[in-house]
Amino acid sequence: MKVAIVKYNAGNVQSLTFALNRLGVEPILSDDPEFLQSADKVIFPGQGEASSAMKSLKEKGLDQVLKSLNQPFLGVCLGMQLMCESSEENDTECLGIIPQKVLRFDSSEVKVPHMGWNDIHQLKSPIMNGISEGDYLYFVHSYYVPVCEETVAVAEYPMAFSAALNKNNYYAIQPHPEKSAEAGMKLLDNFLKL
Amino acid sequence: MLTKRIIPCLDIKDGRTVKGVNFVELRDAGDPVELAERYTLEGADELVFLDISATLEKRKTLIDLVKKVASAIHIPFTVGGGISSVEDVRALLSAGTDKVSINSSAVKNPGLINELAKEFGSQCIVVAIDSRNVDGVDFVHTHGGTKPTELETIAWAKEVAERGAGEILLTSMDHDGTKSGFALDLTKRVGEAVSIPVIASGGGGNEAHFADIFHNGKADAALAASIFHYKEVEIKHLKNELAKQNLPIRL
Repeated sequence: MKVAIVKYNAGNVQSLTFALNRLGVEPILSDDPEFLQSADKVIFPGQGEASSAMKSLKEKGLDQVLKSLNQPFLGVCLGMQLMCESSEENDTECLGIIPQKVLRFDSSEVKVPHMGWNDIHQLKSPIMNGISEGDYLYFVHSYYVPVCEETVAVAEYPMAFSAALNKNNYYAIQPHPEKSAEAGMKLLDNFLKL
Repeated sequence: MLTKRIIPCLDIKDGRTVKGVNFVELRDAGDPVELAERYTLEGADELVFLDISATLEKRKTLIDLVKKVASAIHIPFTVGGGISSVEDVRALLSAGTDKVSINSSAVKNPGLINELAKEFGSQCIVVAIDSRNVDGVDFVHTHGGTKPTELETIAWAKEVAERGAGEILLTSMDHDGTKSGFALDLTKRVGEAVSIPVIASGGGGNEAHFADIFHNGKADAALAASIFHYKEVEIKHLKNELAKQNLPIRL
């Protein structure tokens, strides 16, 4: 199986690579549109800041490529946020795969970043197979996607927000599966089996 | 709901785990990768590695160790000790660490916090603050707690948060090594002064101390070293006890 990890300026992919290795996959880091289009699975990691990440994707011409893929695609953390319409983080226009706006947690209400293990609920996607209601995943983020039509897992901090999204072949997960112990490994394994 | 985190800390010297008793005598406490795996299985929520090797050559050993740890465990970990530049951080992050912790170098050059947060994002920048009470006032100390500064702990905590730190690792030097409980009042005041998470460190000796720092010190996470290494406190048992006391805990 050919698994591509999107290469751009906002991906620290070492841990993700190690996690995929453990599942028997040797992912290839690539920013080559043809390679990404031909891969069996595409993983879109991300950490850092939205506007510079989008700038990097546009410079590589990847913004158009990522929106028009047909194989199973998984955005992780910032990758998930970049799949939305726009982000409050430096008023960034994003890829628009999922028609939602990414908002900032209110630091007068809660500590920001939302950092640590949070339980997830209302699981309804094949990527959640074998993960139980109330299982914990590891989150690190300051922005979130509200609960919407595409939500396939919900977390609360303290209000409900999207822990995972799905639209057609596009999947997205806010927490880091590669850092979420057994539940996270299960999620990655489910994605590889799509 | 976000859970309270239990974080074992591993002091690393030349690729091995050590623990200073009263900061002097260093006892060997085992292979860091084995310990990391053991803690992960026991339910640790995160790990911190503090490198106390001094020379540049030995720092390379640290990068190798980070790679080994990252391939062995799938929970987040932080590396600290001797980090003073964007290049140091880049090397550690690309080897697989999730967060870095800076301490003396942030005091010496506070702009480093802004620089690192801008380059890598706040989420991976932990600022460690070693605090000691001097005549009723809490002051920041550097160089393993040996060197006093004129920075007051609360003011410094606010400053590092404003500069873009994603988390504060607060060690009370007065409590560290005593096993008499965490610094409740100091931790609570720092937690109230900033809107980023605070990890309490120093003084945790038994399960009641952990319950106390979460209930009364408002800590988001609690860190300890030797009590976990020498199994004086067992992580799984600790977490079960905390959950019984209505604390949000990942079991």
